Amino acid sequence: MEHYISLFVRSVFIENMALSFFLGMCTFIAISKKVETAIGLGIAVIVVQTITVPANNLIYTWLLRDGALAWAGLPDVDLSFLGLLSYIGVIAAIVQILEMLLDKYVPSLYNALGVFLPLITVNCAIMAGSLFMVERDYNLAESTVYGVGSGASWALAIALLAGIREKLKYSDVPEGLQGLGITFITIGLMSLGFMSFSGVQL
Amino acid sequence: MGLRSYLDSIEHHFEKGGKHEKWYALYEAIDTALYRPAIVTRTTAHVRDGLDLKRMMITVWLCTFPALFFGMWNIGYQANTIYAATPDLLAAQHGWRMALIGALAGFDPGSVWDNMVQGAVYFLPIYLVTFVVGGFWEVLFASIRRHEVNEGFFVTSVLFALICPPTVPLWQVALGISFGVVIGKEVFGGTGKNFLNPALTGRAFLYFAYPAQLSGDAVWTAVDGFTGATPLSLGAAGGLDQIVAGGITWMDAFLGLIHGSVGETSALAIFIGGAVLLIMKIASWRIVSGVMLGMIATSLLFNAIGSATNPMFFMPWYWHMVVGGFAFGMMFMATDPVSASMTNTGKWIFGAFVGIMTVLIRVVNPAFPEGIMLAILFANLCAPLIDHFVVSANIKRRLARNVQ
Repeated sequence: MEHYISLFVRSVFIENMALSFFLGMCTFIAISKKVETAIGLGIAVIVVQTITVPANNLIYTWLLRDGALAWAGLPDVDLSFLGLLSYIGVIAAIVQILEMLLDKYVPSLYNALGVFLPLITVNCAIMAGSLFMVERDYNLAESTVYGVGSGASWALAIALLAGIREKLKYSDVPEGLQGLGITFITIGLMSLGFMSFSGVQL
Repeated sequence: MGLRSYLDSIEHHFEKGGKHEKWYALYEAIDTALYRPAIVTRTTAHVRDGLDLKRMMITVWLCTFPALFFGMWNIGYQANTIYAATPDLLAAQHGWRMALIGALAGFDPGSVWDNMVQGAVYFLPIYLVTFVVGGFWEVLFASIRRHEVNEGFFVTSVLFALICPPTVPLWQVALGISFGVVIGKEVFGGTGKNFLNPALTGRAFLYFAYPAQLSGDAVWTAVDGFTGATPLSLGAAGGLDQIVAGGITWMDAFLGLIHGSVGETSALAIFIGGAVLLIMKIASWRIVSGVMLGMIATSLLFNAIGSATNPMFFMPWYWHMVVGGFAFGMMFMATDPVSASMTNTGKWIFGAFVGIMTVLIRVVNPAFPEGIMLAILFANLCAPLIDHFVVSANIKRRLARNVQ
């Protein structure tokens, strides 16, 4: 249990997707103007990440890994070169299914998430979650925890950024830096703040 | 009133269309620093308050003086105590600082004058560089962007200088305050528009960019070739036992007779300044109590959990309070009205967050012995979101109240 808590805390704070790895920057910057929408997108990312990372873990363990097809009588087959293709396919498929399910059964949440759900398909933080999972050799339980944690890390980061950007509406930024420029500086300063976690050992 | 009439006589040069129009910010800064502004409110309804931004900032600046002067004395006291114990080290020192000290005073740890001179020779250059370089950026931005030079810089500069180690190279001081003022504050439009504490931003930048000169055991004492660990790095190595074994009593740490950054060592001197700030309602008592309660709760929690491998778990809260920069951060940094939360409930949460994070970093993060700087920066990031939730909760509550 301690191991999983440690993994969760590490993935949320120390290895923050947005502020330590700078992943998912396009949506991170584009959808962080208002706190409400940022939180909506954050929740969507947590949900998708929680489903896709373990799903990809299953695919990797049982189909793609070197020798994974032993159960089908093919112990010498290594399909890991299909990794990127399969993961992104799985992510796209799951996002589509999720979208349809939400539309049918929870229309209020569907409307709240709106355009963000399809956007998540092309969010590199989601893809990175699966790739980190493969690289670090997580098992199914670990990858579930990692999925929740890395999704939460991104959600936390975008909610904080949106809070700051709402406050920055009252700032007086020099012309050349308005918009994207100041957002990049803000994100840089935020990751300076997140440095406080680097080196935490749990 | 020769000066007043002189200032009046040159004022037209600085107004719009005058020949020194570009320098208006500088003229205005000097004029309002010396005299009351001549501008009067002409509209009908306005709030009269003796406390304007200028008075507020100057008060904070004055309130750092106990910590500042004690810090200067302590630099000298620490160094001279070492010289008295090991005269060889004194002979090995050289450089312009030693020549200056030799000309003005001696090396007797019992003499207040000797200690003050020694401290001044180390601290005043740091402060001077901070003030000149930071002031340069401040005036540059003010004159190009046509806003006024803000008195907030007095506070930023003195706070930044007080959280530097006494041996920090002066070019790093210049770099740090430049980063703090330009990236931490001016790109957002100046005082009141930033979201991180500029002094801490600059300090954190230096800390990560030049760890050799800003951390470790060799930088906290103004003696070349001497390594003296701060209580916190002793604690990180061996817990409270190691601190006490290092010859440091709680009273030493409370009074400030320990190694450390210039202004952070004496909890007593900081509390004197802090009390003034609290009584004058310049520092928010909610934030200060929040930090204190958060720190106490978290350290009690760690004491209760215990750990076989990490002796920092057993550090009691009253030790956490007096070592490192906790007192300084709590009184002067966390209470920065710009970067902290604005709402009353938010201030409690913000403060508690700083306290919790500080102890958390000190105890479970072996990479950093001290945590208050990073804890405050992190809490600064969260402050707008905390405010957002407090405000929306308030809106919801009042809506619900009116429905009935």
